[in-house]
Amino acid sequence: MNFTLKVWRQKSRDDRGGFKTYPAAEIPPDASFLEMLDVVNEQLIKSGEEPIAFDHDCREGICGSCGLMINGRAHGPQRGIATCELRMRSFTDGDSIVVEPWRARPFPIIKDLIVDRTALDRIMAAGGFISVRTGCAPEANAVPVPKNNAEEAMDAAACIGCGACVAVCKNSSAMLFVSAKVSQLALLPQGEPERKSRVDAMLAQMDAEGFGACSNTYACEAECPKRISVLHIARLNREYIRAKVG
Amino acid sequence: MTLDAKIPSGPIEKKWDAHRFNLKLVNAANKRKYRIIVVGTGLAGASAAASLAELGFEVTSLCYHESPRRAHSIAAQGGINAPKNYTNDGDSIYRLFYDTVKGGDYRAREANVYRLAQVSGNIIDQCVAQGVPFAREYGGMLDNRSFGGAQVSRTFYARGQTGQQLLLGAYQALCRQIGTGKITFYPRREMLDLVVADGQARGIIARNMVTGELESYAGNAVVLATGGYGNTFYLSTMAKASNATAIWRAHKRGALFANPCFTQIHPTCIPQSGAYQSKLTLMSESLRNDGRIWVPKKKGDDRRPEEIPDTERDYYLERMYPSFGNLVPRDVASRRAKEMCDKGFGVGPTKQAVYLDFGDAINRNGKAWIEEKYGNLFDMYHEITAEDPYRTPMRIYPAVHYTMGGLWVDYNLMSTIPGLYVIGEANFSDHGANRLGASALMQGLADGYFILPYTIGDYLASAKFPAVSPSDPSFTQVKSDAEQRLKTLLSIRGKRTVDDFHKQLGKIMWDYVGMGRNAEGLNRAVGMIRALREEYWKDVKVVGSDASVNNDLERAARVADYMELGELLARDALHREESCGGHFREEYQTEEGEARRDDERFAYVAAWQHAGEGKDPILNKEPLAFEYVKPSQRSYK
Repeated sequence: MNFTLKVWRQKSRDDRGGFKTYPAAEIPPDASFLEMLDVVNEQLIKSGEEPIAFDHDCREGICGSCGLMINGRAHGPQRGIATCELRMRSFTDGDSIVVEPWRARPFPIIKDLIVDRTALDRIMAAGGFISVRTGCAPEANAVPVPKNNAEEAMDAAACIGCGACVAVCKNSSAMLFVSAKVSQLALLPQGEPERKSRVDAMLAQMDAEGFGACSNTYACEAECPKRISVLHIARLNREYIRAKVG
Repeated sequence: MTLDAKIPSGPIEKKWDAHRFNLKLVNAANKRKYRIIVVGTGLAGASAAASLAELGFEVTSLCYHESPRRAHSIAAQGGINAPKNYTNDGDSIYRLFYDTVKGGDYRAREANVYRLAQVSGNIIDQCVAQGVPFAREYGGMLDNRSFGGAQVSRTFYARGQTGQQLLLGAYQALCRQIGTGKITFYPRREMLDLVVADGQARGIIARNMVTGELESYAGNAVVLATGGYGNTFYLSTMAKASNATAIWRAHKRGALFANPCFTQIHPTCIPQSGAYQSKLTLMSESLRNDGRIWVPKKKGDDRRPEEIPDTERDYYLERMYPSFGNLVPRDVASRRAKEMCDKGFGVGPTKQAVYLDFGDAINRNGKAWIEEKYGNLFDMYHEITAEDPYRTPMRIYPAVHYTMGGLWVDYNLMSTIPGLYVIGEANFSDHGANRLGASALMQGLADGYFILPYTIGDYLASAKFPAVSPSDPSFTQVKSDAEQRLKTLLSIRGKRTVDDFHKQLGKIMWDYVGMGRNAEGLNRAVGMIRALREEYWKDVKVVGSDASVNNDLERAARVADYMELGELLARDALHREESCGGHFREEYQTEEGEARRDDERFAYVAAWQHAGEGKDPILNKEPLAFEYVKPSQRSYK
């Protein structure tokens, strides 16, 4: 298959950046989107040009490193997958493909398609945990957890922290990300003691990092590679109210 | 060099308790005076960093990812073992210990493995308390499943994302300590070398992958939790950035490298489809619980699998191993798959694959049941191959997955360099010549949560620490070496790309140092790797500068180290004239094609010492004694 790529190139955080056009020739349909970029990069290196910089690692949709805006869609045209899982057979031979980094103020661009998502880690460090020291845990089966709660907690915990929800949100909100962790830990009895302080601290940090608020357009759910439901945002809101007035 | 593993005396079930009592403690008020550098934030690194900080030590944590949560432990699917005996099927610490020593084909240390089995239950307790959403039964209790190489159900799991959930648990504990200021975390830093001062590991040199600057980090001890070296083979189930540079550089600074040839080829991966392919994807071994592996009875049968009637299928594992069937250990399952394909029974477009069929399980329990257990794996398979595994059997083939070898450590997890600790997959660890399923997560977390935090205190409390600073020659010399290496790579300006070289190295490794090894091939591989390495330093083309983000330069430095490690791997495989676990020498097999060990000559850990550039490495041996699990030929029939 043959494609024309329009790729965002930006040397550094302070560079203005702009689109550049590259051909992607003779790409096997079974190649992943990142493998297609590998092929283009090999060509660029051979001609002495710097390859397109992008974050990636596990290439099986779980580490959350890769995240490209492809033709205006986070992680490309298919639902429920990360960029690395996208296969070129999802495109039509001859397509033009526009590739951009996540664009959100809390995610400054480092180079080309690489952005800095450490703001998400700082939200986690503010309260996205259960405070339990190594060694002081009770016997694992001492506290039963209803299966449905455990399953729902797992649905939320499946978040890979890629930031697609932020990138597609017109407010650059990180509500889906925050709600996934708040929801997971609120559903489990182990998370109960810090239930109020957690939601408070995480939301305060989210605001401090410059992420916006949720205005219920649900673009985040539509583009989430792990199909995290916006119902978790509803639970986040309930948890917040409970923390403030409960 | 005499290797002292420092294994405590006494009966095996009392060794760890007695040892813990004998370890010196750092006074609670003094802990903050010690700084420990932890490199890597996977299961072992994150759990160690968090636990050390909770104890009161100052911790410097680094990783080459942008976030600790991206470490490749995240991709582990199947589960984690612990002998809780929740299923009442006769499990015990002793049985897990026994299974692991046997599974490792009698090439692991008994005392370490027993300790691993002992603390594994605590891991489950700890993770549950952190909020890890393990699978549960309707009564709210934790669910278990069985895994390859075991006849009891002792594996805890969180759908097909157990590694992700365990890592997020450890990551959250790490985040908490970052929040308290006890851990200073540096993202996008790649360790390029180890600093040894007055015979002690006192720091590291790391590259800031955003600015390109080489930075010095000093401390009282260094912990490497940097994972395995499977990417030496180019195609593997490892993440693209997973690399061996940290352990290889430490090796060249004096740490012994143990059993490099013990590499695990995992039986259930999605087969390769073309030369463009950048990595292989694993399908969890748990699939073998409900899937049946088969090939057509007729060679070159081109019918679609659904059209081949049951009577014309060869369920070869069930036929050869009636008691374990599809659940034989990984090394056995992998070798048999290769053998079937070599004989011409392979399936799919490349004929390098066998079927993993869920038809019976779906008929028996329904599609919904399979979906709940393996849904995400089936989706992943569908995404990659465009085939629906609910209807068409999966095609699978073995791929490089895990490395049992690694830096040699004693019972305290300390390498041969005082103050350098190595944990998780990076050490040569507890898995002997073959790792059983659901044991890697167990070992990484055992090292990080429950072993290293005790043993490192003993060293800190007893060693003397002269003041060091990054401006000392011990640091500046190592830093300038690292800088020079990068500048050299950039200045070669040859014709071939880094990937091109890496692919060629990978092909040599897979063809001659892969699933079937023999003396002739290994000798050839050593020569080919040397020649390739020479060519690399003459003809590699690396673009960009060393003063900014440069993915090409990062890769070039890693591949340079694979070129050296690959040779050691082949040499180790050549010297070990026996077959054991994942190391299969074609000259040493039984009439039935099983691995034939040679306990008289090879019941030892091969610990290789770097003797200087251009010199042959020196072999040191740590003899292995088996007092409890008497070596016998492993039988899974």
